[in-house]
Amino acid sequence: MWESYVAVLPANWLNWTAVWRRNYIAWKKAALVSILGSLGDPMIYLFGLGTGLSVMVGRVEGMSYIAFLATGMVATSAMTASTFETIYAAFARMRDQRSWQAILYTQLTLGDIVIGELVWAATKALLAGTAIATVAAILGYAVWSSILYVVPVIALTGIAFASLAMIVAAIAPNYEYFIFYQTLILTPMLFLSGAVFPVTQLPANVQQVVAFLPLAHSIDLVRPAMFGRPVADVMFHLGVLVLFGVMPFFISTALLRRRLMS
Amino acid sequence: MTATAISLVDVTKAYNGRTVVDRFSFFVKAGECFGLLGPNGAGKSTITRMVLGMTPPDVGKITVLGAPVPAQARLARAGIGVVPQFDDLDQEFTVRENLLVFGRYFNMSTRQIEAVIPSLLEFARLEGKADARAAELSGGMRRRLMLARALINDPQLLILDEPTTGLDPHARHLIWERLRSLLGRGKTILLTTHFMEEAERLCDRLCVLEEGRKIAEGRPQALIDEQIGCQVIEVSGGNPYELQALMNGCAQRIEVSGETLFCYSSTPDQVRLQLRELSDLRLLQRPPNLEDVFLRLTGREMKD
Repeated sequence: MWESYVAVLPANWLNWTAVWRRNYIAWKKAALVSILGSLGDPMIYLFGLGTGLSVMVGRVEGMSYIAFLATGMVATSAMTASTFETIYAAFARMRDQRSWQAILYTQLTLGDIVIGELVWAATKALLAGTAIATVAAILGYAVWSSILYVVPVIALTGIAFASLAMIVAAIAPNYEYFIFYQTLILTPMLFLSGAVFPVTQLPANVQQVVAFLPLAHSIDLVRPAMFGRPVADVMFHLGVLVLFGVMPFFISTALLRRRLMS
Repeated sequence: MTATAISLVDVTKAYNGRTVVDRFSFFVKAGECFGLLGPNGAGKSTITRMVLGMTPPDVGKITVLGAPVPAQARLARAGIGVVPQFDDLDQEFTVRENLLVFGRYFNMSTRQIEAVIPSLLEFARLEGKADARAAELSGGMRRRLMLARALINDPQLLILDEPTTGLDPHARHLIWERLRSLLGRGKTILLTTHFMEEAERLCDRLCVLEEGRKIAEGRPQALIDEQIGCQVIEVSGGNPYELQALMNGCAQRIEVSGETLFCYSSTPDQVRLQLRELSDLRLLQRPPNLEDVFLRLTGREMKD
């Protein structure tokens, strides 16, 4: 049992790149549509909510509401981009297109495939998050130099959420199942993590839950940085995101082995 | 090169308490074409999955190209090419991209892959199609692309799961011809099929499966001679049970399957004589084949 689990773990440090490159070739064929798709949603939120609400809300934590929201949207867009890539696109490659099955007949292991998919999903998160950070900087809501610092955080956020979503994809019997994950996990996380309003507005006992939400840690890193403020507890927040990236990987790989290789 | 490409010893596999493969043993010699023959659900696909290390056996020992499977399946797979039953090409990718992407799964560099693509395209008779999308190809071309893809790592062993199912006769003959040319180059082939003609044409040896058990094994012609050994007359158009009574004297054995009566006889002329009086009957005299072997062994037709 243990031996056969070890056999499906990544065979080496670089095998996953073959899977990443396959997805890149596929993405390149429809890059424009894909970029517009992953940017459209957060931008609409940003300008729809931001311009409308900032009139009523005024300043939040010493910044304009639209700036507050923009920094939250950077992390949130990374979350949604990598989650959707995993539960829809990677799930389709795993189940409907049989791409994974074809790869399993080669020198790659299941673990190689999963890592390739996670890094690919994080790449899409990176595109979406960085684009919004850039727009925020252009509009004067963020410090330009902060983008360099924010980019790795966006990538790590992408890995963490792709890794979580991979567990969901591993156990989901069909696409309908993903609605539960979106409405019961992701949407509440968006509101509890300080993306659209400060966490301090939440009841005290709810605030305790926030510490367990990866999105909250991502926002705690991104928001102050984008405003050129000092970031508190950097290593702690990074550590939590790394944990959310690594632990679910081993779980999802075990679940996928049971699903695909029993 | 090991003399035995594949060996399975006393392998059993059950899913949810239902035994799919039951104490099954076979071996494939290097350079031969071995067929697993049986109707859908006989356990052929499960056996090939176990050979590839995709499914661990509950009991039994599997060795492929000298490596214990599934423990070192990855080592074995370096020397294996697989043509799966279902189309798993990247439909939006061109023929060339499909090969490029697949070569990378074997840790080949782009340059190494580009170097072998022309000969693979030539082998698969897809020379003019390098830049066509897989989705634009005909069923036969797609299957040949899957065969080319399976050869990208220059494997010594090919595993083909129902390689011509769903193809028209022309496309099917082209695949068979290509497979024979691979055997000519010394490749080893493990083939699963429910298609008798395919097994007879390609396989050096084969084994007939029913419900996860081996019911016969040997060279196709030897199996036919041993199990049947006489001419077959198929009679249709009458009541098979009434006809059966008429022919009991001049046939070794009579089987009824559906509306057709299969009369096995070494004196076919006498059978014809018996039936001469009856009009409206359609008679077909032919040499025996593997279908008859299967019918003989199981009492059922193989066709699903």
